[in-house]
Amino acid sequence: MSSIHLKNVVKRFGEVEVIPPLDLEINDGEFVVFVGPSGCGKSTLLRVISGLEDATEGTIHIDDQEATSMPPGERGLAMVFQSYALYPHMSVRKNISFPLKMAGMDQNEINSRVNEAAKVLNLSDYIDRKPGQLSGGQRQRVAIGRCIVREPTAFLFDEPLSNLDAALRVNMRLEISELHKNLKTTMIYVTHDQVEAMTMADKIVVLRDGYIEQVGSPLDLYNKPDNKFVAGFIGSPKMNFFSGDVAAQYNADSIGIRPEHMDSSTESGKWSGVVKVAEHLGSDTFLHVVLDDLGAALVRVPGDMPVTTGDRVYATPRTNELHRFDAQGKTIKN
Amino acid sequence: MQQATLNQRKILTSVLAWLIGLMIFFPIFWTILTSFKTEADAIASPPMLFNFSWTTENYTEVLSRSNYFLHFMNSVIISVGSTILALIIAIPAAWSMAFSPTKRTKDVLLWMLSTKMLPPVGVLIPIYLLFREWGLLDTRTGLVIVLTLMNLPIVIWMLYTYFKEIPVDILEAARMDGASLKNEIIYVLTPMAVPGIASTMLLNVILAWNEAFWTLNLTAAKAAPLTAFIASYSSPEGLFYAKLSAASTMAIGPILIMGWFSQKQLVRGLTFGAVK
Ligand SMILES: Nc1ncnc2c1ncn2[C@@H]1O[C@H](COP(=O)(O)OP(=O)(O)OP(=O)(O)O)[C@@H](O)[C@H]1O
Ligand SMILES: [Mg+2]
Repeated sequence: MSSIHLKNVVKRFGEVEVIPPLDLEINDGEFVVFVGPSGCGKSTLLRVISGLEDATEGTIHIDDQEATSMPPGERGLAMVFQSYALYPHMSVRKNISFPLKMAGMDQNEINSRVNEAAKVLNLSDYIDRKPGQLSGGQRQRVAIGRCIVREPTAFLFDEPLSNLDAALRVNMRLEISELHKNLKTTMIYVTHDQVEAMTMADKIVVLRDGYIEQVGSPLDLYNKPDNKFVAGFIGSPKMNFFSGDVAAQYNADSIGIRPEHMDSSTESGKWSGVVKVAEHLGSDTFLHVVLDDLGAALVRVPGDMPVTTGDRVYATPRTNELHRFDAQGKTIKN
Repeated sequence: MQQATLNQRKILTSVLAWLIGLMIFFPIFWTILTSFKTEADAIASPPMLFNFSWTTENYTEVLSRSNYFLHFMNSVIISVGSTILALIIAIPAAWSMAFSPTKRTKDVLLWMLSTKMLPPVGVLIPIYLLFREWGLLDTRTGLVIVLTLMNLPIVIWMLYTYFKEIPVDILEAARMDGASLKNEIIYVLTPMAVPGIASTMLLNVILAWNEAFWTLNLTAAKAAPLTAFIASYSSPEGLFYAKLSAASTMAIGPILIMGWFSQKQLVRGLTFGAVK
């Protein structure tokens, strides 16, 4: 059981305000992902929640209990660091059992919990090795093991997969999702990879310069972004934006259309342009086109479309998938 | 082609390194050699390399004339004592500077190091007078104190650079895992810092062992360490090169052996942790 409530939380480093007053509710059992560009304050926010960093102002409640000035060890939260932060001088077994030892747990109980965690995480064969003798993925598992044995009220992850290669990253992503399904513990996960955010989250918190731009389920953010920033940040490849005359036609300052929300043809369509690069992936074709009067755009065509550089193509935006923004970048609701 | 030039470079640098190494070692080698010569052979011209009559009489003579064991014990007590005292002061100091630095931390460090730039003779008179006042002249306690103060800046600086290398993440992980400050220091920080503390200790023992300015000026007989023992053979009344060499050999022997056995730690210490 653990819900986390932040009220009016502010974090300043000296004069620099990294997190302006911020409210956030995280419900019990939720998988919440913080995303945002580098330097937007994701790690800082996570560290404020963990207690490694004090909130300059505001309050933090964990399970309706005020935790604002509790030391990190007493908050019942476990953290997986980007660097893994394993204890280099301890074996895997010692690493995993460290939090239990600190809690003064009985040795038999410690052993059984560590063995159980090692089995779940496929670490049994490495249990007596030092972290230096493990691969990146194995280290990551040890770091997770060190967290699960404590049965924490919530897990905090700070970009845990960014040091792994692409294939392993996909694997570990699934493992963490599975872990969440099994444990049903609240998890807060920081990443700047929006694919990770989309695939893992129950709820995504999009941050920019410390401000929360939008909170919602992955599909909410994809379908109904509150503003241009979220529209551009969520979704891959990125949404195309146009301004000027074409936007005026739609009574907007600017409009946005996702690459997958345009119908393409070699014969006719609303917008016309010339193919600059065509990427044939088999399953999809990505057309980088220069549209007449509008400029560069990316169009995603399902299946293969036999066109090459220099060909003329036509793209028609699906009107109901078109996003309109005002001069402040806010979404104009239909 | 590339491989060949690479090999040539390697050979060249090895030869150069050996030459420099031999050049540095030569005086020590010559001292040891001279200590086995008679006084006459020692000053013979041209110098004799191996074709002299080997003798150990210098050693018996030196051992009977002075109390080697007393000086040896003084050296051990002074160097080890001042090192331990310096570490006790320096560990907390370096810890706080490395892990909760402020705007002025770097300035404090530089200021501490700057005290090493003052020639010691500049403070000889005040220290001598203070020592006389407090009855510390020719006492081991006095030397331990003065050598601690002399080496403290270097010890703090070294420990600081070692502690800096410890990733803060790991300490934070311990904090998240519920370790109290005490447990964090005992179970996580200290084990990770042990190599650094050990090299600092070794280097400081050597520095203190070889220190000759304060040990010569503040001692007479009782507390005199091996440096003073060597100096007593370089008296102006006669040329006792062979005996002087024997005394020197006996003085540097213990520290040379210790250095030999702890080479790896020492290299780490001398390069301030740059080599791992
Ligand atoms: N200890 C500190 N002192 C001063 N400024 C800091 C400190 N820690 C972080 N900052 C600043 O706070 C801002 C947010 O940093 P933070 O590490 O939270 O970003 P982030 O969103 O995690 O970025 P990334 O994706 O690159 O990890 C940055 O501008 C950073 O320079
Ligand atoms: Mg970060």
